[in-house]
Amino acid sequence: MDDFILRALMGGIAVALVAGPLGSFVVWRRMAYFGDTLAHSALLGVALGFLLGISLNLTVIALCTALAVLLVLLQRQRRLASDTLLGILAHSTLSLGLVSVAFLEGVRIDLMGYLFGDILAVSQGDLLWIFGGGALALILLMILWRPLLAMTVHEDLARVEGVPVMWVSLGFMLLIALVIAVAMKVVGILLITSLMIIPAATARRLAATPEQMAIYAGVLGSLAVVGGVMGSLTWDTPTGPSIVVAAAALFAVIYLIPGRRFRRAG
Amino acid sequence: MTSVTRSSAHDHTPLVAARGVGLTLGGRQILHGVDLGVERGRIVTLIGPNGAGKTSLVRILLGLLPATEGEVIRTPGLKLGYMPQRVLVDEVLPITVGRFLTLGGRASRAHQREVLREVGVEHLLDQPIQSVSGGEMQRVLLARALMRRPDLLVLDEPAQGVDVAGQGEVFRLIARLRDRYGCGVLMVSHELHLVMEAADSVVCLNQHVCCTGRPEAVSRHPEYLKLFGDPAEARGLAIYTHAHDHHHDLHGCVIENESQEKTP
Repeated sequence: MDDFILRALMGGIAVALVAGPLGSFVVWRRMAYFGDTLAHSALLGVALGFLLGISLNLTVIALCTALAVLLVLLQRQRRLASDTLLGILAHSTLSLGLVSVAFLEGVRIDLMGYLFGDILAVSQGDLLWIFGGGALALILLMILWRPLLAMTVHEDLARVEGVPVMWVSLGFMLLIALVIAVAMKVVGILLITSLMIIPAATARRLAATPEQMAIYAGVLGSLAVVGGVMGSLTWDTPTGPSIVVAAAALFAVIYLIPGRRFRRAG
Repeated sequence: MTSVTRSSAHDHTPLVAARGVGLTLGGRQILHGVDLGVERGRIVTLIGPNGAGKTSLVRILLGLLPATEGEVIRTPGLKLGYMPQRVLVDEVLPITVGRFLTLGGRASRAHQREVLREVGVEHLLDQPIQSVSGGEMQRVLLARALMRRPDLLVLDEPAQGVDVAGQGEVFRLIARLRDRYGCGVLMVSHELHLVMEAADSVVCLNQHVCCTGRPEAVSRHPEYLKLFGDPAEARGLAIYTHAHDHHHDLHGCVIENESQEKTP
Protein backbone atom coordinates (compact mmCIF):
# COMPACT_ATOMS: atom_id res chain seq x y z
CA MET A 1 0.00 0.00 0.00
CA ASP A 2 1.30 3.45 -0.83
CA ASP A 3 2.39 5.69 2.02
CA PHE A 4 -0.13 8.38 1.22
CA ILE A 5 -2.99 5.89 1.39
CA LEU A 6 -1.76 4.60 4.73
CA ARG A 7 -1.51 8.16 6.07
CA ALA A 8 -5.00 8.92 4.77
CA LEU A 9 -6.44 5.85 6.48
CA MET A 10 -4.63 6.52 9.75
CA GLY A 11 -5.64 10.18 9.82
CA GLY A 12 -9.21 9.42 8.78
CA ILE A 13 -9.71 6.67 11.34
CA ALA A 14 -8.24 8.85 14.10
CA VAL A 15 -10.70 11.62 13.20
CA ALA A 16 -13.63 9.17 13.06
CA LEU A 17 -12.77 7.72 16.47
CA VAL A 18 -13.08 11.18 18.02
CA ALA A 19 -15.94 12.48 15.87
CA GLY A 20 -18.19 9.48 16.72
CA PRO A 21 -18.34 9.92 20.52
CA LEU A 22 -18.53 13.70 20.25
CA GLY A 23 -21.13 13.36 17.51
CA SER A 24 -23.26 11.27 19.86
CA PHE A 25 -23.52 14.28 22.15
CA VAL A 26 -24.26 16.54 19.20
CA VAL A 27 -27.15 14.22 18.32
CA TRP A 28 -28.39 13.87 21.90
CA ARG A 29 -28.27 17.62 22.47
CA ARG A 30 -29.89 18.37 19.10
CA MET A 31 -26.95 20.51 18.08
CA ALA A 32 -26.41 19.29 14.52
CA TYR A 33 -27.04 22.69 13.01
CA PHE A 34 -25.00 24.33 15.75
CA GLY A 35 -22.00 22.19 14.86
CA ASP A 36 -22.53 22.90 11.20
CA THR A 37 -22.52 26.64 11.86
CA LEU A 38 -19.26 26.43 13.77
CA ALA A 39 -17.70 24.35 11.02
CA HIS A 40 -18.73 26.90 8.40
CA SER A 41 -16.89 29.60 10.31
CA ALA A 42 -13.66 27.60 10.17
CA LEU A 43 -12.74 29.07 6.78
CA LEU A 44 -12.69 32.51 8.37
CA GLY A 45 -10.32 31.01 10.93
CA VAL A 46 -8.09 29.77 8.11
CA ALA A 47 -8.01 33.24 6.53
CA LEU A 48 -7.23 34.76 9.91
CA GLY A 49 -4.36 32.33 10.37
CA PHE A 50 -2.81 33.34 7.05
CA LEU A 51 -3.34 37.01 7.84
CA LEU A 52 -1.66 36.80 11.25
CA GLY A 53 0.93 34.31 10.07
CA ILE A 54 0.24 31.87 12.91
CA SER A 55 -0.94 28.28 13.09
CA LEU A 56 -4.19 27.77 11.19
CA ASN A 57 -5.31 25.13 13.66
CA LEU A 58 -5.00 27.62 16.48
CA THR A 59 -6.98 30.35 14.74
CA VAL A 60 -9.68 27.88 13.69
CA ILE A 61 -10.09 26.67 17.28
CA ALA A 62 -10.09 30.23 18.63
CA LEU A 63 -12.60 31.49 16.07
CA CYS A 64 -14.97 28.52 16.44
CA THR A 65 -14.91 28.80 20.23
CA ALA A 66 -15.53 32.55 20.09
CA LEU A 67 -18.42 32.03 17.69
CA ALA A 68 -19.86 29.30 19.91
CA VAL A 69 -19.84 31.62 22.92
CA LEU A 70 -21.35 34.41 20.83
CA LEU A 71 -24.10 32.06 19.66
CA VAL A 72 -24.97 30.99 23.18
CA LEU A 73 -25.18 34.64 24.25
CA LEU A 74 -27.33 35.52 21.23
CA GLN A 75 -29.63 32.57 21.89
CA ARG A 76 -30.27 33.94 25.38
CA GLN A 77 -31.68 37.14 23.88
CA ARG A 78 -34.62 35.18 22.50
CA ARG A 79 -35.40 37.83 19.90
CA LEU A 80 -34.76 35.52 16.98
CA ALA A 81 -35.42 31.80 16.92
CA SER A 82 -32.36 29.65 17.31
CA ASP A 83 -32.47 28.15 13.81
CA THR A 84 -32.76 31.60 12.25
CA LEU A 85 -29.72 32.78 14.20
CA LEU A 86 -27.76 29.71 13.18
CA GLY A 87 -28.77 30.17 9.55
CA ILE A 88 -27.59 33.76 9.58
CA LEU A 89 -24.27 32.97 11.21
CA ALA A 90 -23.54 29.79 9.25
CA HIS A 91 -23.82 31.44 5.89
CA SER A 92 -22.45 34.85 6.74
CA THR A 93 -19.32 33.44 8.38
CA LEU A 94 -18.75 31.09 5.44
CA SER A 95 -19.16 33.94 2.98
CA LEU A 96 -17.00 36.22 5.10
CA GLY A 97 -14.38 33.48 5.03
CA LEU A 98 -14.56 33.17 1.23
CA VAL A 99 -14.35 36.95 0.84
CA SER A 100 -11.38 37.27 3.21
CA VAL A 101 -9.56 34.48 1.42
CA ALA A 102 -9.94 36.48 -1.82
CA PHE A 103 -8.32 39.47 -0.12
CA LEU A 104 -5.24 37.52 0.93
CA GLU A 105 -2.45 38.58 -1.40
CA GLY A 106 0.38 36.34 -2.38
CA VAL A 107 -1.17 33.32 -0.72
CA ARG A 108 -2.35 30.41 -2.78
CA ILE A 109 -5.10 28.65 -0.90
CA ASP A 110 -6.46 25.29 -1.94
CA LEU A 111 -10.05 26.37 -1.38
CA MET A 112 -11.57 23.06 -2.48
CA GLY A 113 -9.25 21.29 -0.05
CA TYR A 114 -10.54 23.31 2.86
CA LEU A 115 -14.18 23.04 1.83
CA PHE A 116 -14.31 19.35 0.95
CA GLY A 117 -11.16 17.94 2.52
CA ASP A 118 -7.94 16.62 1.06
CA ILE A 119 -7.28 13.47 2.98
CA LEU A 120 -4.93 11.99 0.38
CA ALA A 121 -2.61 14.96 0.94
CA VAL A 122 -2.34 14.39 4.69
CA SER A 123 1.34 14.84 5.65
CA GLN A 124 3.38 13.47 8.53
CA GLY A 125 2.92 16.82 10.27
CA ASP A 126 -0.84 16.75 9.74
CA LEU A 127 -0.94 13.25 11.13
CA LEU A 128 0.89 14.35 14.25
CA TRP A 129 -1.62 17.16 14.75
CA ILE A 130 -4.58 14.85 14.17
CA PHE A 131 -3.28 12.30 16.69
CA GLY A 132 -2.32 14.92 19.27
CA GLY A 133 -5.47 17.01 18.91
CA GLY A 134 -7.65 13.91 18.71
CA ALA A 135 -6.14 12.39 21.86
CA LEU A 136 -6.58 15.68 23.70
CA ALA A 137 -10.23 15.83 22.60
CA LEU A 138 -10.89 12.25 23.75
CA ILE A 139 -9.34 12.90 27.17
CA LEU A 140 -11.38 16.08 27.57
CA LEU A 141 -14.53 14.22 26.56
CA MET A 142 -13.86 11.47 29.10
CA ILE A 143 -13.44 14.06 31.84
CA LEU A 144 -16.65 15.83 30.84
CA TRP A 145 -18.61 12.65 30.12
CA ARG A 146 -20.79 12.22 33.20
CA PRO A 147 -21.61 15.88 33.92
CA LEU A 148 -22.27 16.44 30.22
CA LEU A 149 -24.57 13.42 30.06
CA ALA A 150 -26.41 14.56 33.19
CA MET A 151 -26.86 18.02 31.67
CA THR A 152 -28.07 16.55 28.40
CA VAL A 153 -30.83 14.62 30.16
CA HIS A 154 -32.00 17.52 32.33
CA GLU A 155 -30.05 20.72 32.83
CA ASP A 156 -31.76 22.02 36.00
CA LEU A 157 -31.55 18.66 37.68
CA ALA A 158 -27.83 18.45 36.87
CA ARG A 159 -27.30 21.97 38.19
CA VAL A 160 -29.03 21.18 41.49
CA GLU A 161 -26.89 18.06 41.75
CA GLY A 162 -23.80 20.24 41.52
CA VAL A 163 -22.78 20.18 37.84
CA PRO A 164 -21.05 23.46 36.91
CA VAL A 165 -23.25 23.80 33.84
CA MET A 166 -21.58 26.88 32.40
CA TRP A 167 -18.08 25.40 32.50
CA VAL A 168 -19.17 22.07 31.11
CA SER A 169 -21.00 23.76 28.20
CA LEU A 170 -17.94 25.86 27.51
CA GLY A 171 -15.76 22.75 27.59
CA PHE A 172 -18.12 21.02 25.18
CA MET A 173 -17.94 23.90 22.72
CA LEU A 174 -14.17 23.95 22.94
CA LEU A 175 -14.30 20.23 22.12
CA ILE A 176 -16.42 20.80 19.02
CA ALA A 177 -14.03 23.55 17.90
CA LEU A 178 -11.05 21.26 18.46
CA VAL A 179 -12.61 18.42 16.49
CA ILE A 180 -13.48 20.78 13.64
CA ALA A 181 -9.84 21.87 13.46
CA VAL A 182 -8.70 18.25 13.61
CA ALA A 183 -11.17 16.98 11.00
CA MET A 184 -10.87 19.89 8.56
CA LYS A 185 -8.10 18.30 6.52
CA VAL A 186 -9.94 14.99 6.24
CA VAL A 187 -13.48 15.80 5.14
CA GLY A 188 -13.43 19.59 4.80
CA ILE A 189 -15.45 22.14 6.68
CA LEU A 190 -18.66 21.60 4.73
CA LEU A 191 -18.79 17.91 5.56
CA ILE A 192 -17.35 17.76 9.10
CA THR A 193 -20.67 17.56 10.90
CA SER A 194 -21.74 14.62 8.77
CA LEU A 195 -18.84 12.60 10.18
CA MET A 196 -20.12 13.42 13.67
CA ILE A 197 -23.82 12.86 13.10
CA ILE A 198 -24.25 10.04 10.59
CA PRO A 199 -22.17 7.41 12.46
CA ALA A 200 -23.76 8.42 15.79
CA ALA A 201 -27.28 8.14 14.36
CA THR A 202 -26.35 4.77 12.85
CA ALA A 203 -24.95 3.56 16.17
CA ARG A 204 -28.21 4.37 17.95
CA ARG A 205 -29.91 1.38 16.37
CA LEU A 206 -27.25 -0.96 17.77
CA ALA A 207 -26.59 0.56 21.20
CA ALA A 208 -28.29 0.00 24.55
CA THR A 209 -26.20 2.42 26.61
CA PRO A 210 -24.75 5.89 25.93
CA GLU A 211 -21.21 4.50 26.05
CA GLN A 212 -22.00 1.78 23.52
CA MET A 213 -23.45 4.36 21.18
CA ALA A 214 -20.32 6.50 21.42
CA ILE A 215 -17.96 3.58 20.79
CA TYR A 216 -20.04 2.11 17.96
CA ALA A 217 -20.19 5.57 16.36
CA GLY A 218 -16.39 5.71 16.37
CA VAL A 219 -16.14 2.23 14.82
CA LEU A 220 -18.82 2.92 12.20
CA GLY A 221 -17.10 6.20 11.31
CA SER A 222 -13.82 4.32 10.86
CA LEU A 223 -15.52 1.81 8.56
CA ALA A 224 -16.89 4.72 6.54
CA VAL A 225 -13.37 6.19 6.27
CA VAL A 226 -11.93 2.89 5.00
CA GLY A 227 -14.83 2.41 2.59
CA GLY A 228 -14.66 5.99 1.36
CA VAL A 229 -10.89 6.01 0.82
CA MET A 230 -10.95 2.67 -0.98
CA GLY A 231 -13.95 3.67 -3.07
CA SER A 232 -12.33 6.93 -4.00
CA LEU A 233 -9.16 5.11 -5.15
CA THR A 234 -11.15 2.56 -7.11
CA TRP A 235 -13.54 4.89 -8.87
CA ASP A 236 -11.43 8.05 -8.77
CA THR A 237 -14.03 10.04 -6.84
CA PRO A 238 -13.36 12.94 -4.42
CA THR A 239 -12.32 11.34 -1.12
CA GLY A 240 -14.10 13.54 1.49
CA PRO A 241 -17.52 13.17 -0.14
CA SER A 242 -16.87 9.47 -0.71
CA ILE A 243 -16.37 8.97 3.03
CA VAL A 244 -19.68 10.71 3.73
CA VAL A 245 -21.43 8.59 1.10
CA ALA A 246 -20.00 5.46 2.72
CA ALA A 247 -21.27 6.64 6.13
CA ALA A 248 -24.71 7.31 4.69
CA ALA A 249 -24.76 3.87 3.04
CA LEU A 250 -23.93 2.25 6.39
CA PHE A 251 -26.75 4.21 8.00
CA ALA A 252 -29.22 3.04 5.37
CA VAL A 253 -28.13 -0.60 5.63
CA ILE A 254 -28.34 -0.70 9.42
CA TYR A 255 -31.75 0.94 9.56
CA LEU A 256 -33.08 -1.31 6.79
CA ILE A 257 -32.34 -4.46 8.79
CA PRO A 258 -35.72 -5.56 10.10
CA GLY A 259 -36.20 -5.85 13.86
CA ARG A 260 -36.93 -3.73 16.85
CA ARG A 261 -36.47 -0.05 16.16
CA PHE A 262 -33.80 0.43 18.82
CA ARG A 263 -31.87 -2.09 20.83
CA ARG A 264 -32.78 -2.46 24.48
CA ALA A 265 -30.77 -3.51 27.45
CA GLY A 266 -31.61 -6.56 29.54
CA MET B 1 -51.54 12.88 62.16
CA THR B 2 -48.00 14.14 62.08
CA SER B 3 -46.73 15.68 65.25
CA VAL B 4 -43.15 16.72 64.77
CA THR B 5 -41.44 15.30 67.81
CA ARG B 6 -38.51 13.71 66.07
CA SER B 7 -35.01 13.56 67.47
CA SER B 8 -34.06 16.44 65.20
CA ALA B 9 -37.08 18.50 66.18
CA HIS B 10 -35.09 20.60 68.63
CA ASP B 11 -33.19 22.01 65.68
CA HIS B 12 -35.47 24.69 64.34
CA THR B 13 -32.97 26.26 62.00
CA PRO B 14 -34.54 25.93 58.58
CA LEU B 15 -32.59 23.92 56.01
CA VAL B 16 -33.46 26.58 53.52
CA ALA B 17 -35.22 29.87 54.10
CA ALA B 18 -36.43 32.76 52.01
CA ARG B 19 -36.33 36.18 53.66
CA GLY B 20 -38.32 38.88 51.92
CA VAL B 21 -37.66 37.30 48.54
CA GLY B 22 -38.86 39.22 45.49
CA LEU B 23 -38.48 38.62 41.80
CA THR B 24 -38.98 41.09 38.99
CA LEU B 25 -38.45 39.87 35.44
CA GLY B 26 -38.63 42.28 32.52
CA GLY B 27 -40.39 44.91 34.63
CA ARG B 28 -43.04 42.43 35.76
CA GLN B 29 -43.21 41.62 39.43
CA ILE B 30 -43.50 37.88 39.92
CA LEU B 31 -42.83 37.56 43.64
CA HIS B 32 -42.55 40.01 46.48
CA GLY B 33 -41.85 39.84 50.20
CA VAL B 34 -41.88 36.06 50.42
CA ASP B 35 -40.83 34.51 53.73
CA LEU B 36 -40.62 30.75 53.85
CA GLY B 37 -38.60 28.13 55.70
CA VAL B 38 -38.36 24.38 55.57
CA GLU B 39 -37.05 22.56 58.62
CA ARG B 40 -35.66 19.06 58.83
CA GLY B 41 -38.38 16.42 59.11
CA ARG B 42 -41.18 18.68 57.95
CA ILE B 43 -43.30 18.68 54.83
CA VAL B 44 -44.17 22.11 53.53
CA THR B 45 -46.59 22.30 50.65
CA LEU B 46 -46.75 25.27 48.37
CA ILE B 47 -50.11 25.85 46.73
CA GLY B 48 -51.43 28.66 44.62
CA PRO B 49 -53.14 29.45 41.33
CA ASN B 50 -51.41 29.29 37.97
CA GLY B 51 -48.97 32.15 37.51
CA ALA B 52 -48.68 32.59 41.27
CA GLY B 53 -44.91 32.21 41.04
CA LYS B 54 -44.69 28.77 42.67
CA THR B 55 -42.15 27.43 40.21
CA SER B 56 -40.13 30.66 40.30
CA LEU B 57 -39.98 30.50 44.08
CA VAL B 58 -38.84 26.88 43.96
CA ARG B 59 -36.16 27.76 41.41
CA ILE B 60 -34.95 30.59 43.64
CA LEU B 61 -34.78 28.30 46.68
CA LEU B 62 -32.86 25.73 44.63
CA GLY B 63 -30.37 28.37 43.51
CA LEU B 64 -31.36 28.04 39.85
CA LEU B 65 -32.62 31.60 39.65
CA PRO B 66 -31.29 34.64 41.53
CA ALA B 67 -33.81 36.61 43.56
CA THR B 68 -33.96 40.30 42.71
CA GLU B 69 -34.87 41.21 46.31
CA GLY B 70 -34.32 39.64 49.69
CA GLU B 71 -32.13 36.65 50.40
CA VAL B 72 -32.11 32.90 50.52
CA ILE B 73 -30.33 31.29 53.44
CA ARG B 74 -29.19 27.70 53.16
CA THR B 75 -27.60 25.46 55.74
CA PRO B 76 -23.94 25.10 54.72
CA GLY B 77 -23.28 21.81 52.90
CA LEU B 78 -27.00 21.25 52.32
CA LYS B 79 -27.66 18.24 50.07
CA LEU B 80 -30.60 18.85 47.79
CA GLY B 81 -32.74 16.25 46.09
CA TYR B 82 -34.80 17.77 43.33
CA MET B 83 -37.66 16.31 41.37
CA PRO B 84 -38.53 18.50 38.40
CA GLN B 85 -42.03 18.68 37.04
CA ARG B 86 -41.25 16.93 33.77
CA VAL B 87 -38.30 15.02 32.47
CA LEU B 88 -38.52 13.78 28.93
CA VAL B 89 -35.58 11.80 27.62
CA ASP B 90 -35.29 11.72 23.85
CA GLU B 91 -35.50 8.30 22.18
CA VAL B 92 -32.14 8.94 20.57
CA LEU B 93 -30.36 8.61 23.91
CA PRO B 94 -30.16 4.94 24.88
CA ILE B 95 -30.31 4.86 28.67
CA THR B 96 -31.82 2.53 31.25
CA VAL B 97 -33.58 3.57 34.45
CA GLY B 98 -30.65 2.25 36.52
CA ARG B 99 -28.15 4.27 34.53
CA PHE B 100 -30.37 7.35 34.78
CA LEU B 101 -30.15 7.07 38.57
CA THR B 102 -26.35 7.24 38.46
CA LEU B 103 -26.28 10.53 36.57
CA GLY B 104 -26.46 12.45 39.83
CA GLY B 105 -23.52 10.55 41.31
CA ARG B 106 -21.89 7.15 41.18
CA ALA B 107 -23.92 4.35 42.74
CA SER B 108 -23.66 0.59 42.90
CA ARG B 109 -26.27 -1.57 41.22
CA ALA B 110 -27.38 -2.80 44.63
CA HIS B 111 -27.98 0.76 45.74
CA GLN B 112 -29.93 1.53 42.56
CA ARG B 113 -32.09 -1.54 43.13
CA GLU B 114 -32.64 -0.71 46.80
CA VAL B 115 -33.80 2.84 46.15
CA LEU B 116 -36.07 1.75 43.30
CA ARG B 117 -37.60 -0.86 45.62
CA GLU B 118 -38.20 1.84 48.19
CA VAL B 119 -40.34 3.81 45.75
CA GLY B 120 -42.00 0.66 44.45
CA VAL B 121 -40.60 0.37 40.92
CA GLU B 122 -37.76 -2.13 41.30
CA HIS B 123 -38.87 -3.94 38.13
CA LEU B 124 -37.87 -0.92 36.02
CA LEU B 125 -34.13 -1.16 36.76
CA ASP B 126 -33.10 -2.40 33.30
CA GLN B 127 -35.89 -0.83 31.27
CA PRO B 128 -35.14 2.00 28.84
CA ILE B 129 -36.22 5.21 30.52
CA GLN B 130 -38.39 6.12 27.54
CA SER B 131 -40.59 3.07 28.14
CA VAL B 132 -41.77 3.97 31.66
CA SER B 133 -45.20 5.54 32.16
CA GLY B 134 -45.84 9.01 33.59
CA GLY B 135 -46.64 7.76 37.07
CA GLU B 136 -43.63 5.44 37.07
CA MET B 137 -41.41 8.28 35.90
CA GLN B 138 -42.44 10.34 38.95
CA ARG B 139 -41.22 7.49 41.15
CA VAL B 140 -38.00 7.12 39.18
CA LEU B 141 -37.34 10.83 39.62
CA LEU B 142 -38.04 10.49 43.32
CA ALA B 143 -35.54 7.61 43.42
CA ARG B 144 -32.90 9.74 41.69
CA ALA B 145 -33.40 12.47 44.30
CA LEU B 146 -33.11 9.89 47.10
CA MET B 147 -29.88 8.39 45.70
CA ARG B 148 -28.08 11.41 47.10
CA ARG B 149 -29.47 10.93 50.64
CA PRO B 150 -30.73 14.50 50.58
CA ASP B 151 -31.23 16.80 53.54
CA LEU B 152 -34.00 18.51 51.65
CA LEU B 153 -36.31 17.09 48.99
CA VAL B 154 -37.82 19.59 46.60
CA LEU B 155 -40.70 18.12 44.61
CA ASP B 156 -42.44 19.99 41.82
CA GLU B 157 -45.91 18.49 41.33
CA PRO B 158 -44.96 15.00 42.57
CA ALA B 159 -48.36 13.50 41.75
CA GLN B 160 -48.47 14.80 38.21
CA GLY B 161 -49.58 12.23 35.66
CA VAL B 162 -50.81 9.92 38.42
CA ASP B 163 -54.46 8.92 38.52
CA VAL B 164 -56.57 10.01 41.49
CA ALA B 165 -56.33 6.64 43.21
CA GLY B 166 -52.54 6.73 42.96
CA GLN B 167 -52.13 10.28 44.20
CA GLY B 168 -52.85 9.49 47.84
CA GLU B 169 -50.35 6.66 47.54
CA VAL B 170 -47.69 9.09 46.24
CA PHE B 171 -48.23 11.50 49.13
CA ARG B 172 -48.13 8.68 51.68
CA LEU B 173 -44.89 7.48 50.07
CA ILE B 174 -43.40 10.95 50.43
CA ALA B 175 -44.37 11.05 54.11
CA ARG B 176 -42.78 7.62 54.61
CA LEU B 177 -39.58 8.70 52.91
CA ARG B 178 -39.46 11.82 55.05
CA ASP B 179 -39.64 9.60 58.14
CA ARG B 180 -36.98 7.22 56.86
CA TYR B 181 -34.51 9.81 55.60
CA GLY B 182 -35.36 12.46 58.18
CA CYS B 183 -35.18 15.10 55.46
CA GLY B 184 -37.23 18.21 54.98
CA VAL B 185 -39.69 18.26 52.08
CA LEU B 186 -40.86 21.20 50.06
CA MET B 187 -43.44 20.38 47.45
CA VAL B 188 -45.50 22.23 44.96
CA SER B 189 -48.90 20.78 44.41
CA HIS B 190 -52.16 21.59 42.83
CA GLU B 191 -53.76 18.40 44.13
CA LEU B 192 -55.41 20.58 46.73
CA HIS B 193 -57.62 17.93 48.29
CA LEU B 194 -54.64 15.84 49.34
CA VAL B 195 -52.67 18.72 50.77
CA MET B 196 -54.39 18.51 54.15
CA GLU B 197 -53.25 15.01 54.98
CA ALA B 198 -49.80 15.16 53.40
CA ALA B 199 -48.40 18.41 54.75
CA ASP B 200 -47.14 19.65 58.09
CA SER B 201 -47.59 23.15 56.82
CA VAL B 202 -49.28 24.75 53.87
CA VAL B 203 -48.16 27.95 52.20
CA CYS B 204 -50.59 29.59 49.85
CA LEU B 205 -48.76 31.73 47.35
CA ASN B 206 -50.10 34.32 44.99
CA GLN B 207 -47.03 36.43 44.23
CA HIS B 208 -46.76 36.92 47.96
CA VAL B 209 -47.59 34.58 50.83
CA CYS B 210 -51.35 34.85 51.24
CA CYS B 211 -51.69 32.52 54.15
CA THR B 212 -49.67 29.86 55.86
CA GLY B 213 -49.98 27.45 58.74
CA ARG B 214 -50.04 23.92 60.10
CA PRO B 215 -53.22 22.35 58.78
CA GLU B 216 -54.38 20.60 61.95
CA ALA B 217 -53.47 23.44 64.32
CA VAL B 218 -54.89 26.12 62.10
CA SER B 219 -58.12 24.23 61.54
CA ARG B 220 -59.19 24.93 65.13
CA HIS B 221 -58.36 28.61 64.89
CA PRO B 222 -61.15 31.13 64.25
CA GLU B 223 -59.00 32.79 61.62
CA TYR B 224 -58.94 29.52 59.75
CA LEU B 225 -62.70 29.32 59.61
CA LYS B 226 -62.74 32.81 58.22
CA LEU B 227 -60.01 32.12 55.69
CA PHE B 228 -60.60 28.53 54.71
CA GLY B 229 -64.26 27.93 55.29
CA ASP B 230 -65.79 25.24 57.49
CA PRO B 231 -63.28 22.40 57.90
CA ALA B 232 -65.93 19.67 57.94
CA GLU B 233 -67.36 21.01 54.75
CA ALA B 234 -63.89 21.31 53.25
CA ARG B 235 -63.15 17.68 54.10
CA GLY B 236 -66.52 16.60 52.76
CA LEU B 237 -65.85 18.34 49.50
CA ALA B 238 -62.29 17.05 49.64
CA ILE B 239 -61.13 20.42 48.43
CA TYR B 240 -58.76 22.82 50.10
CA THR B 241 -60.91 25.85 49.71
CA HIS B 242 -60.07 29.23 51.10
CA ALA B 243 -61.09 32.79 50.66
CA HIS B 244 -58.52 35.55 50.65
CA ASP B 245 -58.81 38.46 53.03
CA HIS B 246 -57.67 40.76 50.23
CA HIS B 247 -57.85 41.11 46.49
CA HIS B 248 -55.30 41.44 43.75
CA ASP B 249 -55.26 43.84 40.86
CA LEU B 250 -54.25 42.70 37.38
CA HIS B 251 -50.57 43.02 38.25
CA GLY B 252 -50.97 40.87 41.31
CA CYS B 253 -50.56 43.74 43.76
CA VAL B 254 -52.75 43.69 46.83
CA ILE B 255 -55.51 46.27 46.66
CA GLU B 256 -55.22 47.82 50.11
CA ASN B 257 -58.47 49.63 50.84
CA GLU B 258 -60.74 47.09 49.23
CA SER B 259 -59.90 44.25 51.54
CA GLN B 260 -62.33 45.22 54.30
CA GLU B 261 -65.51 45.40 52.29
CA LYS B 262 -65.01 42.33 50.17
CA THR B 263 -63.98 39.92 52.88
CA PRO B 264 -66.75 37.40 53.33
